[in-house]
Amino acid sequence: MKKDHIQVWVCSGSTCVSKGSLTIRAVFEQEIRKHKLSDRVAVLAGRCSGTCNRGPIAVIEPGHIIYQQLTPEDIPFLVKEHFLKGKPVQRLRTDVSETKTMIPTLMEIDFFKHQQLVVLRNRGRIDPDKIDEYIALDGYAALAKALTSLSPEGIISEIEKAGLRGRGGAGFPTATKWMLCRQADGNPKYVICNGDEGDPGAYMDRSILESDPHAVLEGMAIGARAIGAQRGYIYVRDEYPLAVERVKTAIQQARHYGLLGENIFQTGFDFDVEIIRGGGAFVCGEETALMASIEGKAGRPRSRPPFPAEKGLWEKPTNINNVETWANVPAIISRGAKWYASLGTEKSKGTKIFSLVGKINNSGLVEVPMGITLREIIFGVGGGIPNGKRFKAVQTGGPSGGCIPESMLDLTVDYEALTQAGAIMGSGGLIVMDEDTCMVDVALYFVSFLVEESCGKCTPCRVGLQRMKEMLIKITEGEGEEADIERLEKLARVIGSGSLCGLGQTAPNPVLTTLKYFRNEYEAHIKQKRCPAGVCKKLIVYTIDPQKCTGCGVCVKSCPVDAISGEKKQVHVIDQQLCTRCGSCQEVCSFDAVVIQ
Amino acid sequence: MKWIRKIVEKYGKKESGLIPILQDVQKIKGYLPEEGISDIAAELKIPIARVYSLATFYKAFRLIPRGRHSIHVCLGTACHVRGGAKIMDRLEQDLGVRSGETTQDGRFTVESVRCVGCCGLAPVVVIDDDFHGKLNQKKVIQVLKKYE
Repeated sequence: MKKDHIQVWVCSGSTCVSKGSLTIRAVFEQEIRKHKLSDRVAVLAGRCSGTCNRGPIAVIEPGHIIYQQLTPEDIPFLVKEHFLKGKPVQRLRTDVSETKTMIPTLMEIDFFKHQQLVVLRNRGRIDPDKIDEYIALDGYAALAKALTSLSPEGIISEIEKAGLRGRGGAGFPTATKWMLCRQADGNPKYVICNGDEGDPGAYMDRSILESDPHAVLEGMAIGARAIGAQRGYIYVRDEYPLAVERVKTAIQQARHYGLLGENIFQTGFDFDVEIIRGGGAFVCGEETALMASIEGKAGRPRSRPPFPAEKGLWEKPTNINNVETWANVPAIISRGAKWYASLGTEKSKGTKIFSLVGKINNSGLVEVPMGITLREIIFGVGGGIPNGKRFKAVQTGGPSGGCIPESMLDLTVDYEALTQAGAIMGSGGLIVMDEDTCMVDVALYFVSFLVEESCGKCTPCRVGLQRMKEMLIKITEGEGEEADIERLEKLARVIGSGSLCGLGQTAPNPVLTTLKYFRNEYEAHIKQKRCPAGVCKKLIVYTIDPQKCTGCGVCVKSCPVDAISGEKKQVHVIDQQLCTRCGSCQEVCSFDAVVIQ
Repeated sequence: MKWIRKIVEKYGKKESGLIPILQDVQKIKGYLPEEGISDIAAELKIPIARVYSLATFYKAFRLIPRGRHSIHVCLGTACHVRGGAKIMDRLEQDLGVRSGETTQDGRFTVESVRCVGCCGLAPVVVIDDDFHGKLNQKKVIQVLKKYE
């Protein structure tokens, strides 16, 4: 891929392929050859941009011009107009819907416009299985610079000036961590990449490992040089098989090019990386548990100190950072600490990737500068809530995080502000909830998750969470008492202060924040035996609105327990004795006739 | 057993290689058979309880055989708020099993998983290696028909 080439990225995602994009690519190639444009225009297999319903898609770079719903017959004309005459073909850029609006260029779309790509800089631009493409976009130049023109202390000083903080959750200053490990006695030393991305609803680390694995390897090599380590481990979650494959390929290619192994860049620096596949345990995201797992033991955390920087893997000084943190490192070394520190807020520098999911129009991974408000992310980038529903809360930080209400949407996103609100930055999951989400049910969901994932070592977490779960079940089933709220708060304090590791210490956050911001929902469940969002099964009844029912009978067929009856074209009724409140009738009804009371 | 010895040797005959050893055995057998576990312990010269401790701690390991197709219903947060639990309920009811069990005809094993990392497609069900997204109760029952 030459830099001054015009590139035609013909999507080769599975949807576009099924709509004939391979033929379209072939015709593009044929036409480019025919007009002798081959040394100027490169036709490439593009990766999925996610707008699958508009396929087959081709993006022309530079210029970010999107052509959509292409047919092979369009291509000869398109090539002539666009590449020979320099006139983009408006017809193929126009939305076929009744609005007939022009398809904007990539950077005019809200979802992309507000993003600032540092870690995801190579997103969709390189083939992750080809190291040459990473190198073509200045890959491994940062490692060369770190090895040839910076001292180990100089590297740490750059990271310190950049203000990089751990992206795994707590936001500990990366340079301090590296310095502690560098100064610790003991040999050998290790670096670890924590890819045990367990927070449900967060998948940025998966995406980085799958789409830009060399950025992580390069970051680790730079870190290893700074710390004085020669060996690294990447611990990847069991649920991410593709990430494991991509990283394996990347390691092999880097070894082949001498970018891993002995005497890298002839500087006498030796460094190699091994990949470890996790066993499917959430608690292994905790650093001491993760190291136990690499050692082949059950992943149970131990108390700190000693911190891993002094006694980590096999009792040796170890530095552990998460995937996104490592992937930031090459950008900082290449472009300089001053540039990096210009992004973000006073205490939280750089960008953060969020996975914007749940009840949101544009869901996906978004990389934005720190200090942006939650409102800008949710309504600016995310395009707001679907189906005209009202926003209720956004959950940040996974099971250790909290639920933030609408009144606090103007909160700026940085480590301190989120912690103050009772949530945490965490790994960056942003799960958006609308009026149909029950906050008591959400609290129960997270507590149930943590009950399952608790390693069982310490009592407050193992037993306390179980009791908490029982109380929440009682409330969602309409059996709650007023004293339960106080009991929950008391128990939350005990679990938070008495647990051994971060999993237990932060476990009460979802309960505490929902109690703080959505206490009225708890009260409705307890006092009025009512679930305002219509979620908790024991507290709701499905009925059919006789005004709206057309008697089409679709619901009858969908009901798994034959609880619905009615003649064709007559109003149907649900037998409440038989109904299991599964909601399948509501799902299939085209007339919104099934309502929850 | 010879094949078990081979796997144990591949990881240096060391206790620290226990997790990848169990992963390899499970990849071949589909689960961890009792005799396999005792063989691994014998090869490594460690108590059987040590092997069981890992095999039961990590969710990826299974001690009982599974059906021809494994259904993983994602119950991550994004799937939860988009109705993942309803899909699980429906599967349990239609297939007559509880989460973690295998149907009597050995066709499906139903399990839950906490986030497979494709939250944009929520709610998601993974059957064998295929990802099925944006499901509802009706669609998931139709999807099952593809797996015999």
